[in-house]
Amino acid sequence: MFRDWKWTLLTVAVLIIISTLCTLAMTLFTRTLIDGYILPLSQEAVPDFSPLGMALLKLAAVLLVGVFVSFFFNFLMIKVEQGIIKQLRGEAFDHLMTLPLRYFDSHSHGAIMSVFTNDMDTFRQMVGRTLPHLFSSVITLISTFASMVVLSIPLTGLSLICAAGALVVAVTLSKYSRRYFKGRQENMARVNGYIEEMVSGQKVVKVFSHEKEAENGFKSVNEDLFKSVFKANRVANTVMPINAGIANLGYVLIAIAGAYISLHYGPEVLTVGTLVSFLTLHKNFSRPIAQISQETNNIAMASAGAERVYELLDEKSEPDEGHVTLVRQSDGPDRNDFFWQDNGKLVPQQGLVSLKDVDFAYVPEKQVLYDITLTAYPGQKIAFVGGTGAGKTTITNLINRFYDITDGKITVDGFDVFDISKPSLRRSLGIVLQQTDLFSGTVMENIRFGRLDASDEECIAAAKLVCAHSFIMRLPEGYNTYIGGDGGALSAGERQLLSIARTAVADPPVLVLDEATSSIDTRTEKLIQKGMDGIMKGRTSFVIAHRLSTVRDADYIIVLEKGRIIEAGKHFELLDRKGKYWELYTGGSL
Amino acid sequence: MAPVWTALEVLMGVLIPYVTASLIDEGLMAGNLDAVWKYGAIMVAIAAVSLFFGIMSGRESARSSAGFAMNLREAMYARIQTFSFADIDSFSTSGLVTRMTTDVANLQNAFQMLLRISVRAPLNVLAGMFMSFFINLRLSLVFVAAMVFLSVALYFIVSRSMRVFAELMRKYDDLNNVVREGVAGIRVIKSFVREKHESLKFKAAVDVIYRLNVAAETIINFNQPVMNIVTYASMIALSWFGAHFIVDGTLTTGQLTSLFTYQMQILSSLMMLSMIFVMLTQSVASAKRIAEVLDREPSMKEIPGAIGEVPDGSIEFRNVSFSYAEGGNPALEGVSLSIRPGERIGLIGGTGSGKSTLVNLISRLYDVSGGAVLVGGHDVRDYTFDAIRSAVGVVLQKNTLFSGTVLENLRWGDPDATEQQCREACRLAAADFVDELPQGLQTIVDQGGANLSGGQRQRLCIARALLRHPKVLVLDDSTSAVDTATDARIRETFATRIPDTTLLIISQRILSIKDADRIVVMDDGHVSGVGTHEQLLESNSIYKDIFEMQTSGGEADFDQP
Repeated sequence: MFRDWKWTLLTVAVLIIISTLCTLAMTLFTRTLIDGYILPLSQEAVPDFSPLGMALLKLAAVLLVGVFVSFFFNFLMIKVEQGIIKQLRGEAFDHLMTLPLRYFDSHSHGAIMSVFTNDMDTFRQMVGRTLPHLFSSVITLISTFASMVVLSIPLTGLSLICAAGALVVAVTLSKYSRRYFKGRQENMARVNGYIEEMVSGQKVVKVFSHEKEAENGFKSVNEDLFKSVFKANRVANTVMPINAGIANLGYVLIAIAGAYISLHYGPEVLTVGTLVSFLTLHKNFSRPIAQISQETNNIAMASAGAERVYELLDEKSEPDEGHVTLVRQSDGPDRNDFFWQDNGKLVPQQGLVSLKDVDFAYVPEKQVLYDITLTAYPGQKIAFVGGTGAGKTTITNLINRFYDITDGKITVDGFDVFDISKPSLRRSLGIVLQQTDLFSGTVMENIRFGRLDASDEECIAAAKLVCAHSFIMRLPEGYNTYIGGDGGALSAGERQLLSIARTAVADPPVLVLDEATSSIDTRTEKLIQKGMDGIMKGRTSFVIAHRLSTVRDADYIIVLEKGRIIEAGKHFELLDRKGKYWELYTGGSL
Repeated sequence: MAPVWTALEVLMGVLIPYVTASLIDEGLMAGNLDAVWKYGAIMVAIAAVSLFFGIMSGRESARSSAGFAMNLREAMYARIQTFSFADIDSFSTSGLVTRMTTDVANLQNAFQMLLRISVRAPLNVLAGMFMSFFINLRLSLVFVAAMVFLSVALYFIVSRSMRVFAELMRKYDDLNNVVREGVAGIRVIKSFVREKHESLKFKAAVDVIYRLNVAAETIINFNQPVMNIVTYASMIALSWFGAHFIVDGTLTTGQLTSLFTYQMQILSSLMMLSMIFVMLTQSVASAKRIAEVLDREPSMKEIPGAIGEVPDGSIEFRNVSFSYAEGGNPALEGVSLSIRPGERIGLIGGTGSGKSTLVNLISRLYDVSGGAVLVGGHDVRDYTFDAIRSAVGVVLQKNTLFSGTVLENLRWGDPDATEQQCREACRLAAADFVDELPQGLQTIVDQGGANLSGGQRQRLCIARALLRHPKVLVLDDSTSAVDTATDARIRETFATRIPDTTLLIISQRILSIKDADRIVVMDDGHVSGVGTHEQLLESNSIYKDIFEMQTSGGEADFDQP
């Protein structure tokens, strides 16, 4: 990441050194001013100020260079810091998109989002501010120290003692405060947790008129947080004044010691100008020490953020070792134009999907599917039936490799799904999920999400096909109506229709439909039914069925229980068997 | 107290360079060692006192900033408690959570900084100015010139950058939005193979942020050179004029030294002051969002002298109309319905037909827009909140259990309930599974009840409501995850064990409401029909439709227990 910026960073480092030296020149000039000009000039009868004028002009030139150099390196750092973070954000998001679904299952959305915002921002601050500060502090420290040694060794010793004192205090206090900071973080998490839970359940709080209790509960956690924040900040807030106090004391001690040395041993050992310069140098020397101790806090924070960013980047991408790709020979809407391309060989896409002895577990110790064997012939409609947790959705998630099977084999048109490249596999399978995630944008953009190069006409045709056209036309701005990510003003049924239209425009050879269980009013439900029928025509389709009407026209019904296929067949065959299906159909629901 | 300590600390700090001047002039330049000791001692004393003040100021500002955040959170939390459902809806619960956590944290940081700098920096400027005027009036004109120039320059820089930062904050929302949608919609993205498309969208948002950030920082970057040029220029001016004045005898070397120090102090304080504005811009958005919560008047209030007891479980809707947003589409219109105490009412109808809305009016979770709802013969608005909500038990569609033990959760219904009573309530709600839990009633419920199944959660929520001994009990689709047999068992127990409680059951399943005394069919905010199952089958086409769909292959519930 930093490699791309190697030369820029090197330039910055050089510029920082130059700018620090220019600042040092200013400090040291005080000495020349007093010893070299003011004192001799006071002795002269007719003082000639022109050498001083020349010296000041020279100084001005040096300082001007310093100003430009520091402006320039800061400007470069802005580019570096923002550039790095832009690159990092982009890379992280690219990577996020390649991660397997397991990652999204096991990480909360809030946590993932905070990687992209909070963590990246603290990291950026470290790159842009903390690191250059630290570097220039170190340079200042070294160059100031060198100048101090040149000016006066005994005073340097004294200054060092003060600096060491400040350092000891800072380190001790920070050890001390770290304990409090931990307590603060814990209490902070507790308060946030309480807020999260209680405010999310606020309606229940109201229904039980539990407001007073909730308030008291909150008061007590809030009070605890206050105490620990107070303790932590009390320590943290005293670090600065103590450092400043020590610096002040050191300043005074040096002034006294310097005056004493100068008077006692004469100006050959220490001149007035040297002492005045030294006093400023001492200030410059103790400031970076305080700064460094402050910055360590920031670094700790930023590295925690950076760690989370890198954790994300280190997550393994979805494997994709497949070489068979899906190609379309013409632009026509005819589905027979799809071909599988295997090492240059073209095999027509038909929609023959077959599972053989498939086992699956999300986590090794908890198997959810056992010995699933089934075949869907081209154009067939297969319905999955069974209770929650029976494994209906899981099976469809295996066909498009959202998850990989633990054992067995899944083939599409004879190719093992592991041999088909993932993008091609997923393109060949259109899925209408129960959870209808739409994206912020217009209705048209949401439909076009299915196929990015679809024309407006094609999108509208798809909407008509799935019976979504009429409700879209009733929206304030028709197809150009803007909808928020949560679907905003759309009802659950309308969102469902839009997501079906989205799949329709993608025109996939094989379909997976997860029927919504959420209660949708009768009229919309009929529309959705018609919409789904519209796109299932002539395609191999898998339907996770919650409605008997869907099941009845299926070519093949698969009844699942606890991860196993317990019955399979056509509607009337299954009814005749008087088994689980019959039980569900007659007893279970009515 | 914090500002006072800070002020004292600043004043002490300002004195040190002044005394240093005396030490140099009267001691060093005059060759007087006694003066060195004298002024040295004074300076040590001042430095020590200043250190003390500094520590006190740090401690006090820690107290005020921590206290500030505590009070802010508490005020917000208390305010949220007074919110009606409508108020909560308008903020959204997740919005309220963000405001109470992230926004408060932002404001607390800003406050602490303000506390630290807003007193110190202006005081430093004033005290520094005063001291330099005192030392040498003519030479301090250099300061005035420098200050004026710096202030004007900083004003332009800050005001320009504030605008860019404000814009930046808005664009951050866009960035968050893309990430949120990308994460939430990952299944859709992956199944349509749209990873690249999303990445491009994200990168576009990142690019906007990048450009704005660079623009803002570049403007801010002018601070440094402006500050440096002003400092250096005035240093050089001080050196030049100072040298003249010293040679003239109107200024001493020591005084010149202290002027150098004051000048640094003043200019760097100005600089800090300017940075505050920039940083505060970033917390303005948070402050606004917090103020929205604090300023929101609860849309529902108790009337003075409200009735504290609901006499019986009768309910009457008198020509009720209701809409969620003022002037918005009516969710209910012209609903009139009268329910006797102890009657069992089933409610059915499509999504958006107004079933939940109707029952939410009974316990005054929302106020009617027109007409009136009466419970026990009085308008619900005439009761205290406590009275109406104790009398009407509601099991919400989106119900929540809280982290804590099962017992603690049940006692939300009645804080004084004994374990025996809690078990009894569980039996009524067919939640006897609690006895089989590893720790029984003491079993810990995870946040949101994650360690229980959907059906178990629903039954516990019913038990919790039963413990209130309500006169009216509303079950809003509360047994959707419970299997049909258990569902039937619950209804049977209710009929025999709490026959006097008025019962309203909303369900998608005809089976769950078929045997109610009366069934209300809702359609598009209206009552479309009222009657028994048989009557409605005859007279109501919607009911007949639903029945036929459910019996002959419409909605069937394959979901097993």
